[in-house]
Amino acid sequence: MSWIDIGHIDDIPLHGARVVKTPGGCVGLFRTGPQQVFAASDRCPHKGGPLSEGIVHGHSVTCPLHNWVFDLNTGQALGADEGRIETYPLRVEAGRLLIDGTAIGKRSAA
Amino acid sequence: MTQKLVIIGAGMASGRVIEHLLDADPGAYDITLFNAEPRGNYNRIMLSPVLSGEKTYEEIVTHSDAWYAERGITCRFGEHVVKIDPEMKVVEGENGHVPYDKLVIATGSAPFIIPVPGHDLPGVISYRDLDDTNAMIEAAAKGGKAVVIGGGLLGLEAAAGLKERGMEVTVLHLMGHLMERQLDEAAGYLLRKDLEARGITVKTQASTKAILGEDRARAVLLDSGETLGADLVVMAVGIRPETRLATDAHLDVARGIEVNAQMQTSHPDIYAVGECVEFDGHLFGLVAPLYDQAKVLADSLLDQPNAFVVKELATKLKVTGCDLFSAGDFAEGETRDDIVFRDPARGIYKRLVIEEDRLVGAVMYGDTADGSWFFGLIKDGTDIEEMRETLIFGPAFQGGASADPLSAVAALPPEAEICGCNGVCKGQITSAIERGATDLGAIRATTKASASCGTCTGLVEQLLAVTLGDGYAAPQAQPICGCTHHTHEDVRRLIKSQELKSQAAVWQELGWTTANGCHICRPAVNYYLLADWPLEYQDDPQSRFVNERKHANIQKDGTFSVVPRMWGGITTPDELRAIADAADKYDVPTVKVTGGQRIDLLGVRGEDLPGIWSDLNRAGLVSGHAYSKGLRTVKTCVGTDHCRFGTQDSTGLGIKLEKHLWGSWTPHKLKLAVSGCPRNCAEATCKDIGVICVDSGYEIHVGGAAGMEIKGTELLCKVATEEEAIEVISAMTQIYRENAKYLDRIYKWLAKVGLDWVKTQIVDDLENRKALAARFELSQSVYRKDPWAEHAQDRTTRAQYAPLANLTLEAAE
Repeated sequence: MSWIDIGHIDDIPLHGARVVKTPGGCVGLFRTGPQQVFAASDRCPHKGGPLSEGIVHGHSVTCPLHNWVFDLNTGQALGADEGRIETYPLRVEAGRLLIDGTAIGKRSAA
Repeated sequence: MTQKLVIIGAGMASGRVIEHLLDADPGAYDITLFNAEPRGNYNRIMLSPVLSGEKTYEEIVTHSDAWYAERGITCRFGEHVVKIDPEMKVVEGENGHVPYDKLVIATGSAPFIIPVPGHDLPGVISYRDLDDTNAMIEAAAKGGKAVVIGGGLLGLEAAAGLKERGMEVTVLHLMGHLMERQLDEAAGYLLRKDLEARGITVKTQASTKAILGEDRARAVLLDSGETLGADLVVMAVGIRPETRLATDAHLDVARGIEVNAQMQTSHPDIYAVGECVEFDGHLFGLVAPLYDQAKVLADSLLDQPNAFVVKELATKLKVTGCDLFSAGDFAEGETRDDIVFRDPARGIYKRLVIEEDRLVGAVMYGDTADGSWFFGLIKDGTDIEEMRETLIFGPAFQGGASADPLSAVAALPPEAEICGCNGVCKGQITSAIERGATDLGAIRATTKASASCGTCTGLVEQLLAVTLGDGYAAPQAQPICGCTHHTHEDVRRLIKSQELKSQAAVWQELGWTTANGCHICRPAVNYYLLADWPLEYQDDPQSRFVNERKHANIQKDGTFSVVPRMWGGITTPDELRAIADAADKYDVPTVKVTGGQRIDLLGVRGEDLPGIWSDLNRAGLVSGHAYSKGLRTVKTCVGTDHCRFGTQDSTGLGIKLEKHLWGSWTPHKLKLAVSGCPRNCAEATCKDIGVICVDSGYEIHVGGAAGMEIKGTELLCKVATEEEAIEVISAMTQIYRENAKYLDRIYKWLAKVGLDWVKTQIVDDLENRKALAARFELSQSVYRKDPWAEHAQDRTTRAQYAPLANLTLEAAE
């Protein structure tokens, strides 16, 4: 694992989200609690909706285009919809957000 | 054998005795009824409406002459009884003797007259019977000044009635606050404020020294030395039991005629009932215990066992529309705790007094709907420890989500008011159900309950369910979403009544089953909070759909559309150039004209939004809110400026309306149009609110739709001036904001509450219209501004439109 510092937790509004651009596409960072952030693919498997623009509630996010709801722990779509988004390891240390570079497919520049 | 029964006094208590007697055994007694007043039994409680002119004497008669005649009752009305001879068992009237087997004394009470100098001058009257009432009506007809001595219930009713009849009225009250026996200081203060708002002058701690005048009352002199001019003086300082006949007959008399629990006096064949009696140290002035006494007395006369018991009393009074309620004992004490709820803006005050986990007293002003429930708790001595925290919010809030709401409704007494608009109580509804009204429509048709504003619909349905049991198939009230059991309507009401001012408070107090709601309930709750508490609650962007959070419309590819406002559809070459420049600069792929007469820039990248807004702002363009559940556009035709048919300046009014309403959040989108003549080129009659200009003014239409459903508007009202049109439309917008369910367009909401109700609120009731418009303006003081400028200029907010980090750049290094 290679942990990359991508910002401070307070850069994300509580119950809100931001994105990180990666070579493998956008990753959404979803702040579900004062000290809790999940990282997952920003792309809804249904019609490609930007999940980081959705409403964050509990440990879930709702896609803004057609209201698919994903569990951010597992990436699984909830309810009647079937689908899954990729989730990525993320740590919060002293307010800094550290994402696992290996998992998001970022190749080291070296 | 038929016995002879003589009754002295034809008031409400003895009237009820006669009814019970005749119901049980019409042949038991030959009845003679004396009354000093030259008339029979009438509803004395309703004298105040007679005084104010709302009712006539004929309407308050309980027993007519024909009623007595049909029942063979010998009436000796207008005849004073001189004395009673218990030895001979004879009553001596002015016009002759009547022997009796049983005698009932029901002489009621006499007004207490303060023996100040001048109290017997003409022009000084008490307030006790119809003659007093008529004397006041006659005096009021001449106008002038009235001084009412006594700030208790009777005095205030007299004052209100006299004011209603056009007199200049001052109320003098000896104590520090009005109705001190029923109300505490805070409630007394609210009552005073209400009366003063009605133009009645109130002086407390005012002790009367003398009534001045030679031939008749001219003025009232106070201990303080102040003199108040008076054409009429009403003494309403209290009543005392009328006991003269009993005293003369050597019956036991304390403050009243002493009776036992069978209503029997110290003489076995003589009974007494009503305000003239004293039982176990108690005197009686309210009607409920008198009716209890009447039932007991009728049973005693028929040798049926029964016993009168003193019950706790509640007072629920309407003094000229002031709602007040008091029950039990509300004095402060070391062992007592208070729970107080105040809403100064709405003039609501509630106080509960608790002693050893029991409710012992309650005072309420302004909102008395839960009075009967509190009264029940006092009477039954219920242990309230478990519900103490939510007790003051009333029965609807007890036990959280798991409580059965039906049991609370079932527990309400028959006199509990269910429908405030139409004054329908539970008993009327249950009897309508018993007569065959088995659904909501039938209840509305037969009782009017829930037929006005509709907010009591849930309660009426619960009553149907309780009364009919399995026979009632309730339309399922839909909760907002899976996070809560509450409906939108319930949540709206609870937010107001419990003064919930944050989402956390709503989730906590209303028992949300999820940590912080979901994408369905969060936007609704966020809207309700900002609509109800515009100054206290701060809008939460994270509880908004992306369009309203980012102030642009998300498109299928994740880009956004940007629509600048063009007030009333009017633009300028400079604005058009700025739009064209922005479209070039940000590579906008599509530029389109919208149905609401605006220009739409489609395909803007999310991270470019603050930039394009800044550019547009520089040209004076602001957000067009084409994305919001709020005011969208005001579409106009060219009106009198150019059109040969135009009757008014429709464009000008459209611009004024748009500048007045823009930025406001509403339950769903709000589209307006103003057409300059009935040819209706702006298509105003399919808008949420539409104005059709005519020669004589402006027709205001509401409830149109041209979306999933197509619906023409209905006429709300017609006004003469632009100012009135703007005020009516502000009030319409606000009443919709305050009452509708989130995501109901006006037409959907109107289908629930009815256009007639809205008309009563904002067309007929000018004061309410102004109040609604004022509340709209208050909210607009927060929201009438450009969100684009705010987002583009605030560094933190602006940053959120960009990615948090860009790892692709690092990779390229």
